[in-house]
Amino acid sequence: MFDDLRDLYQEVILDHGRRPRHGVRLAAYDATAKGDNPMCGDRVQVWVRHEADGRIAETGFEARGCAISIASADLMAEVVGGHSDAEIRDLAGKFRNMARTGTAPDGDAAMERLRPLAGVHEYPSRVKCATLAWHALLAALDGKGDSSSE
Amino acid sequence: MNLADIRAQFPILNESVRGKQLVFLDSAASAQKPRAVIDAMVHAMEHQYANVHRGLHWMSERTTEAYEGTRDAIAALLNARDRHEVVFTGNSTGAINLVAHSYGRGILRPGQAVLISGMEHHSNIVPWQMLRDAHGIELRVAPITDAGELDMTAFEALLADRKVGLVSITHMSNVLGTYTPAARIAALAHAYGAKVLFDGSQAIVHRKIDVQALDADFYVFTGHKLYGPTGIGVLWARRALLEAMPPFMGGGDMISSVSYECSTWAELPHKFEAGTPAILESIGLNAAIGFMNSVGYDAIAAHEASLTDHALSRLAGIEGLNVIGRAQDRGGVVSFTMQGAHAHDIATLLDRQGIAVRAGQHCAEPLMRRLGLDSTARASFGIYTTHDEIDTLADTLIRVREFFA
Ligand SMILES: Cc1ncc(COP(=O)(O)O)c(C=O)c1O
Repeated sequence: MFDDLRDLYQEVILDHGRRPRHGVRLAAYDATAKGDNPMCGDRVQVWVRHEADGRIAETGFEARGCAISIASADLMAEVVGGHSDAEIRDLAGKFRNMARTGTAPDGDAAMERLRPLAGVHEYPSRVKCATLAWHALLAALDGKGDSSSE
Repeated sequence: MNLADIRAQFPILNESVRGKQLVFLDSAASAQKPRAVIDAMVHAMEHQYANVHRGLHWMSERTTEAYEGTRDAIAALLNARDRHEVVFTGNSTGAINLVAHSYGRGILRPGQAVLISGMEHHSNIVPWQMLRDAHGIELRVAPITDAGELDMTAFEALLADRKVGLVSITHMSNVLGTYTPAARIAALAHAYGAKVLFDGSQAIVHRKIDVQALDADFYVFTGHKLYGPTGIGVLWARRALLEAMPPFMGGGDMISSVSYECSTWAELPHKFEAGTPAILESIGLNAAIGFMNSVGYDAIAAHEASLTDHALSRLAGIEGLNVIGRAQDRGGVVSFTMQGAHAHDIATLLDRQGIAVRAGQHCAEPLMRRLGLDSTARASFGIYTTHDEIDTLADTLIRVREFFA
């Protein structure tokens, strides 16, 4: 019945939405922020720990939300490891663009991992679900503490 | 009531969405429009339109008659004593803000309180918070029970110190479908010296409202949920209250004379209708009321009660599905959650089958918090909803559950 929704709900998304691998509050962290989507009630908090060289060692999150928002937070936490803040800002821009347009540059390993989320671009009301965790992560890196995907 | 005839009057119901016949279960957010409303507005634009209360010419006079005719229709709809008690606003939100500004700042005194309930729409929360912060009015909230009904004991206790000057409360919850016992609420409010406002945005769509029988002081509703156009709403209030209240907005149409030293206010209801009003929308709203009357509230209420019973029994049969709110007296708004599937995901899957429901917090964040929920999916029914559509919803929800299992 929902075959044509498999673009949006790819197996990776259903799997990570159901059983996120990074859905934990980090015991030791140096940055954190909350993200809130007041229209729909989705909430996320992201914790980040950096290495001495400024690259991200570990990312964890706690979220209440739909399969898309949880899977997106989980894949994000996975791909940002080992990247510098500047690289993550760049990646966030590419991700936001992919969520809106459905296209992403080829040959970028992180973007390949995130590509299953490209399907949201056909569902304008769901784009915010996919980008919420990224807003929170950027707010954490900026030291802002919270953000909104409105 | 012949459902096929009624459906035939709503052109949009023939539309397909994503290749599927539209199943529109989001009427509580905004209802679809019958042919009569569409035609009345188009007819006005094509044949009979000018500004109101301003021209001495034929077009203006006829349009003024049409605009004022809607006021008569609303006075009759609400069983108001006096047509001058009907004030046009932009929507329910505009009507509540009018009362919060004018009655709130002009009549209520710092130290008095406004009492709302734990199941209000944001439009009946935020204006009172703004009044509280600007004018030193306390804001009290009467709790609801786990079943989703107003806790009447707690409600009365909050009135006991007689500080509450105004009770402002929903007549039907847009999340739980609960009807509040309006006549009892009004009697209690009056016994403790308070006035009472009912937010009838949802209630008036499904039940005959008699403001005299309820003994209400203020009653508000919004046109677009009542099968009418957007951009028009109504504040009904007792004449003596409106007379005592200062104007809310200043401008044209609301004055009797203006000089740089001072202006004097127009008679009721124009004192509260500054600026060119929603003329075309008033004409559409009159047609919507005519449509409601032609079907009849008894038939509407019976049809919707049967739909609601059917929906509750079908949804109860779906494993993992939890209906939110178990009020005794309830209408055709059913919120639910499903184990393993978030409301957004449910809504997206249903949408793929052409089924429109709402998902989220329904502009009622404090209520959602009270229920311990982040969001619900909500199916809401209208005059055109069929039992088959509810079966389609239930059958599809079973598949949604399988999808996320
Ligand atoms: C109970 C209730 N009150 C108030 C409103 C506000 O209506 P409007 O947005 O038309 O002002 C709504 C609907 O959105 C509602 O359901």
